[in-house]
Amino acid sequence: MAELHTLTLAELAAGLKSRAFSSVELTRHFLSRIEKFDAELNAFITVTPELALAQAADADMRIATGTASRLTGLPLAHKDIFCTDGVLTTCASKMLSNFISPYDATVVGRLKQEGMVMLGKTNMDEFAMGSSNETSFYGAVKNPWDLAKVPGGSSGGSAAAVAARIAPVATGTDTGGSIRQPAALTSLTGIKPTYGRVSRYGMIAFASSLDQGGVMGLSAEDAALLLQSMAGFDERDSTSVDMPVPDYAATLNQSLKGLKIGLVKEFFEQGLSEENIKPVKEALTVYEQLGAQLVEVSLPNLPLSVPTYYVVAPAECSSNLSRFDGVRFGYRCESPRDLMDLYTRSRGEGFGSEVKRRIMTGTYVLSAGYYDAYYLRAQKIRRLITEEFAAAFQKVDVLMCPTSPTTAFDIGAKVDDPVTMYLNDIYTIGANLAGLPAMSIPCGFLAGLPVGLQIIAGHFAEAKLLNVAHGYQQVTDWHKRMPERYA
Amino acid sequence: MSWETVIGLEIHAQLATRTKIFSGSSTAFGAPPNTQANLVDLGYPGVLPVLNQQAVKMAVKFGLAVGATVATRSVFARKNYFYPDLPKGYQISQYELPIVEHGKMDILLEDGSSKTIRITRAHLEEDAGKSLHEDFHGFTGIDLNRAGTPLIEIVSEPDMRSAKEAVAYMKKIHTLVRYLDICDGNMQEGSFRCDANVSVRRVGAEKFGTRCEIKNLNSFRFIEKAINYEVARQIELIESGGTVQQQTRLFDPDRGETRALRSKEEANDYRYFPDPDLLPVVLDDLFIDGIRATLPELPDEKAQRLVRDFDLPAYDAGVLTGSREVAEFYEKVINEVKGDAKQNAKLAANWVMGEVLGALNRDGLDITESRVSAEALALLLSRINDATVSGKLAKEVFEAMWSEGKGADDIIDAKGLKQITDVSAIEKVIDEIMAANSKQLADYRSGKDKLFAFFVGQVMKITAGKANPNQVNDLLKKKLAG
Repeated sequence: MAELHTLTLAELAAGLKSRAFSSVELTRHFLSRIEKFDAELNAFITVTPELALAQAADADMRIATGTASRLTGLPLAHKDIFCTDGVLTTCASKMLSNFISPYDATVVGRLKQEGMVMLGKTNMDEFAMGSSNETSFYGAVKNPWDLAKVPGGSSGGSAAAVAARIAPVATGTDTGGSIRQPAALTSLTGIKPTYGRVSRYGMIAFASSLDQGGVMGLSAEDAALLLQSMAGFDERDSTSVDMPVPDYAATLNQSLKGLKIGLVKEFFEQGLSEENIKPVKEALTVYEQLGAQLVEVSLPNLPLSVPTYYVVAPAECSSNLSRFDGVRFGYRCESPRDLMDLYTRSRGEGFGSEVKRRIMTGTYVLSAGYYDAYYLRAQKIRRLITEEFAAAFQKVDVLMCPTSPTTAFDIGAKVDDPVTMYLNDIYTIGANLAGLPAMSIPCGFLAGLPVGLQIIAGHFAEAKLLNVAHGYQQVTDWHKRMPERYA
Repeated sequence: MSWETVIGLEIHAQLATRTKIFSGSSTAFGAPPNTQANLVDLGYPGVLPVLNQQAVKMAVKFGLAVGATVATRSVFARKNYFYPDLPKGYQISQYELPIVEHGKMDILLEDGSSKTIRITRAHLEEDAGKSLHEDFHGFTGIDLNRAGTPLIEIVSEPDMRSAKEAVAYMKKIHTLVRYLDICDGNMQEGSFRCDANVSVRRVGAEKFGTRCEIKNLNSFRFIEKAINYEVARQIELIESGGTVQQQTRLFDPDRGETRALRSKEEANDYRYFPDPDLLPVVLDDLFIDGIRATLPELPDEKAQRLVRDFDLPAYDAGVLTGSREVAEFYEKVINEVKGDAKQNAKLAANWVMGEVLGALNRDGLDITESRVSAEALALLLSRINDATVSGKLAKEVFEAMWSEGKGADDIIDAKGLKQITDVSAIEKVIDEIMAANSKQLADYRSGKDKLFAFFVGQVMKITAGKANPNQVNDLLKKKLAG
């Protein structure tokens, strides 16, 4: 039998079911790999070995007594943006560096209910603001494919943990590409579901109208497995949608014959060299061989995604982060002189510079006299982009394009240039603005670094998305490649 | 040179829901600090608001009752500012698209005419917590029990022209929200309070003067005092060559004056924007009509009906419908009293307005605490109608009922106040009196008609007022005539 960490979540589930190994053995294996490798990766902010082993023992009991679900006993890591009852929940910020959450996020609670085993909480960009995982108060995360490179962000810790096989699967969140871009940069399968598909309750808000929780794993099948239990209506989140969750695994193997793939003209035009686009083009050829048909579509306003996003997201974040004021929880400055001093120093000392930049941008665009020119206008463009996507999905089943304009870049290369950094999300932001489900799947390498293919589908078409990704993964093995160091 | 006062009110009415507007915490008043604040109320990381449907229903009820347009789509917005008793750093309110718009309320002016005050809008919002500045030795205490309590803010047009009009309007809204059962109206606990926007202008001027907003007025008396003080302050300021600065001011009830809190320049930029955590509130006609069907008879309608059906004077009808509880008490009385409906309505009106409200006032009680219940009063009035007791003695019976807590029949029996209606008994008394007063009898018979009253008095004296006055009259006339 292969080493446990080389198996997919689906394979591990089968192994637990057949009693090839126990959840405690499986958990020990991953905990020891975390112990061995995380010092160099910095993927975890908090590791919870005792809790994990206790949960694993409970899971083994459930398996023994026949009360296990499909996920019982499988370990996972949660992005540190999800509140976990009794466990430090930092959002990678000094502001929450002392915050023990008194409750579980809905996603955490549901997976706990399933009997999954939490290994710990993964590193991320501070409050999910970043595309390189360099804004974390807990330091940068390293890319397992090259430790000098970033893993992408903001779910960089989850990406690195799964890519290095120190966790079999992880949760992530995606506001402008924070699941898909790191998945692409670390050769993972990542899915951001439709806005409203997964509850946001207990997921610390960055930009409420864009944030969506999802999965980072080794295959479309793994993503389907975990998403199945994460998705669904939650009465505590008014924006979650009350719609039944289809059986994602059931439709994974549907034929792709006749699938209409839209190629977004604007995305293939924009600053991509022939060399860089090659893996993506090859992937499209594979789809053609599977019987799909390629159609060019145009979304003329889509290139405005980045400026639109950098008005809407900071606006919402400036308000969402007001609650971190040093009064009730989180960081409070030493001996405040008065109320204003308490506010300004607690927030000034507690937030990092990227978070401050976005709070200031957001405060500005919402200010009297600027609201119409920025916020209102951005909302109008957002509506136009949404309508253009809807029109495109009248003609095609899915859209495809690169996930990220570049492969993983050097740590430190873009930290002082926020605009260049923001352009990393040029291909991913559109799906967030329109609330669409989107995935990134591994489709090759450039100079030894992974490349991702992005697939976008219509609202609530996760099953289609997973089916399209799975079909590709049945005839390719990019998703099975492992960084040698962690094989 | 004479001045005109211009006033607009923003009334905050706490909705009488069991739980908060966006969380399941209780809204009950008076619990120990911070015991009715859950993670949502505390603004913890990751929590989300979920709208309380009951609060929406109550706001719609209000909108329908003031003849307003109820929006089929309204939107919650965030009002951003930092304050320790505002846990999230923003208040969830409604801004561009409120749930209620374009209503009106008629008020009765002192000269008896009526005036319409336009209601610009009424929107749903959450209340903040309380900052407690005393007893913390240089620190400020925060109590978040009130944070998240549902409010409707009722904004009027600047249609009022005196403090009295403002108070009349505020009282009408106060009565209405209690009729609708959407607010307990408790002003001491802050369930019903207002901000007053006050300005002055020369009579005949078209443009409004610069206004000042007086915050958090929580009694009718304070509203009148605060506005009158503010009007005098502004006039004096302008007449002495100054100009009014747009300001937010606070009323100090101890000194009876208003003082500046902050100027326009210091005002917050609230950076309103639609709350992305909440969906727009979309209401269909079925929902709105369903609520319309639950509306009780409104105070103005009720007053008009009392005038129309029972010929009650408009003033009486106004007093009797001035609070839902008084109206209920009154209607219970007239439903139970036996006899002619119109006569009973007038009789009951006199008794409720006179004896009952008088006694309540004297003892500092509310109508719901009345020592004589509506049913008990109805029985007493029935005893007047069936001639068991005279109207005059009934007042004595009422006083005894009030102080002893017993029913009318028990009191009448115990005190022997039962009216004498037995003809032979009255005749016997009359015979005795005629025998004992032969001189007066002779005078009467020789034409001194005025002596009739003397004989009536004698009968009443001997029967201790219990003889039926009508019978006494009739029998005396017959007997004295000889």
